[in-house]
Amino acid sequence: MTTPTSTPTPSNPDGPPPTETVRLAAVAADLQDERLIQPHGLGGTVRAFGKRVRSGDIGSLPVVIGLIVIWVAFSLLNPNFLSSTNLVNLTLQCAAVGTISIGIVLVLLLGEIDLSVGSVSGLSAAILAVSFVNLGWPLPVSLLASLLAGVVVGLLYGFLYTRFGVPSFVITLAGLLGFLGLQLWVLGSTGSINLPFDSWIVQFAQQWFLPDWLSYVLVVLTVLAYAGQLFLTANRRAAAGLSAVPATSIVVRSVFLLLVLGVPTWYLNQTRGVGAMFLLFLILVVVMNFFLTRTRWGRSVYAVGGNVEAARRSGINVTRIYVTVFVLCSTFAALGGILAAGRLAAANQGSGGGDTNLNAIAAAVIGGASLFGGRGSAFSALLGILVIQSISSGLTLLNLDSSIRYMITGAVLLLAVIVDSLSRRTRVSHGRA
Amino acid sequence: MAALSTPEVSTGELVLSLRGIDKNFGAVQALTGIDLDIYSGEVVALVGDNGAGKSTLVKILAGVHPQDGGTITSDDKRVSINNPADSNNLGIATVYQDLALCDNLDVVANLFLGHELGRGTINEVEMEKRSWSLLRQLSARIPSVRIPVASLSGGQRQTVAIARSLIGEPRIVILDEPTAALGVAQTAEVLNLIERLRERGLGVVLISHNMADVQAVADRIVVLRLGRNNGEFKVADVTYEDIIAAITGASDNAVTRRAQARVDAAGAPAATAGSRPDDTALPEEDRP
Repeated sequence: MTTPTSTPTPSNPDGPPPTETVRLAAVAADLQDERLIQPHGLGGTVRAFGKRVRSGDIGSLPVVIGLIVIWVAFSLLNPNFLSSTNLVNLTLQCAAVGTISIGIVLVLLLGEIDLSVGSVSGLSAAILAVSFVNLGWPLPVSLLASLLAGVVVGLLYGFLYTRFGVPSFVITLAGLLGFLGLQLWVLGSTGSINLPFDSWIVQFAQQWFLPDWLSYVLVVLTVLAYAGQLFLTANRRAAAGLSAVPATSIVVRSVFLLLVLGVPTWYLNQTRGVGAMFLLFLILVVVMNFFLTRTRWGRSVYAVGGNVEAARRSGINVTRIYVTVFVLCSTFAALGGILAAGRLAAANQGSGGGDTNLNAIAAAVIGGASLFGGRGSAFSALLGILVIQSISSGLTLLNLDSSIRYMITGAVLLLAVIVDSLSRRTRVSHGRA
Repeated sequence: MAALSTPEVSTGELVLSLRGIDKNFGAVQALTGIDLDIYSGEVVALVGDNGAGKSTLVKILAGVHPQDGGTITSDDKRVSINNPADSNNLGIATVYQDLALCDNLDVVANLFLGHELGRGTINEVEMEKRSWSLLRQLSARIPSVRIPVASLSGGQRQTVAIARSLIGEPRIVILDEPTAALGVAQTAEVLNLIERLRERGLGVVLISHNMADVQAVADRIVVLRLGRNNGEFKVADVTYEDIIAAITGASDNAVTRRAQARVDAAGAPAATAGSRPDDTALPEEDRP
């Protein structure tokens, strides 16, 4: 710091009169280009955000706005919608299909699709019920068998896709029919099997809620971990001579996260609280987000989704990426099937049928995972399923027929895809594709 | 992964030598007895008309197709290049014409794609630091490394592709038509970049149809015609017309044959057909 020619430090406020080298060294290594538009202060950050939105890099903004609109509209139509009781139910309804939707986000990131997640979730529910209730297996073994079914299905898809190059659309369409058949065959003539109420999988899905104190402790720990990680990164960037997020911004972001997590937690705690199953779903989203953004595997997934040939030439094992993603998708579907069976306390011929499949896919797309591959995040599943279940719950409260529910959900999905296509077009014209 | 290290390769050293390379695709003899030497710190331009065999030769070097005949020597050892990994291990980096960048990823992610730093989790800070260092060394003008590659200009994308080839510390960089789709200013930037690769002591193989670019940046020009060597020139003492003549075969006439006969009579080592007597007649060991 004392000699002007020492290693560049990002700030050198009261040094000697700046020569050219000192002035350059005082600017972080990544901000030296004079063409770079740099936001100054809080207003600058807001303006930069507005600019990004206008150029089509909208991220999860439309879905957040959509969610607010939906909630305001339904609470005007029926005040019960925003009651704590209803929102607790909403979170529990989200968990099962939301878990399936995480898998869909993964395949969408590769630019592929899995249409059979509903059938696979039904199959896993059937395996759980038959092995646990009819065959008397220990519950952990039954759960493992159900998940294993998902793994095997994913391996089969991965093999068919990478070995024969059959489009995933067709493979999984065949899977949709095939595994529905397998589900019916596993269930046998009974058609419907009830899970005992005192088994812990049913208790977990229906009865387990976090104690109030624990939920607040978790919120605080999460915010602290988030802020700590931001501070660490900022310090390491400053040490490396790169621009770092200022401390005030970290504090503002952390307080914002505290509000986003704390207020809903407090509101849910007015009645039953945060369900264990919903917490599991949130943890899965965060863990998946970590793997997607911080590991080589995640980076490879985005690379394969963006340009498979480039990924192959840079030495990424493309086959391994496809197989792992198909396996993860089917396994998440199987886990979703288990959670749904637990919540229903039964597995029947309708498990995983109806709109499960399309809700899971619609949630991923509404949440911002691009159908064109390479764009999206694990949080797409969370945001998307909140939208879908809010619509479903709101329309149920209004005593509307399921026919209307389907039509409205369809319209919302269409809207989401249009927003995706439009923002993609805007990104291209602003050079951000 | 020492993208920061200063070049240690001394210039003028023979790093790769091809002798009598043959390649056929079915009934088509794509390459016949091709010779090519690559020296460190030298830009050798590979020119020729469409179908001359430039791309086939590059694919042999990159390990896309193995050769059918002939020998490849690296550091006085005979080597074989059967797949892209062999090519990488020999220190050959190829920048393809289509660049092969992931548009949805930022510059840092593209530079380190497949070679990310850090154990377990990706070390973004170190990668960004090294990216800047590498781009500065190349005097590359990229405003931010945290923007998607899609938002860069053609020249900047080419820069990223070339910079990426340097991440693995190669000894030879092969550039396939690096200026084909670029404007005037961007072409100049890429040519500057090629000169910087030479200054770092790398052997550069430049494939181009643009004779102005070739003459601006190359030290040596190797002409291919119909799958054979058709002349080797030093840029310093060759004219545009000479190169065009070698590319199109117009030099294969009575005048050049007479000149060739005089060289042979003088006892100097035979230069490649079509070349002028006073340029490539240097014996192998006298080369810069």
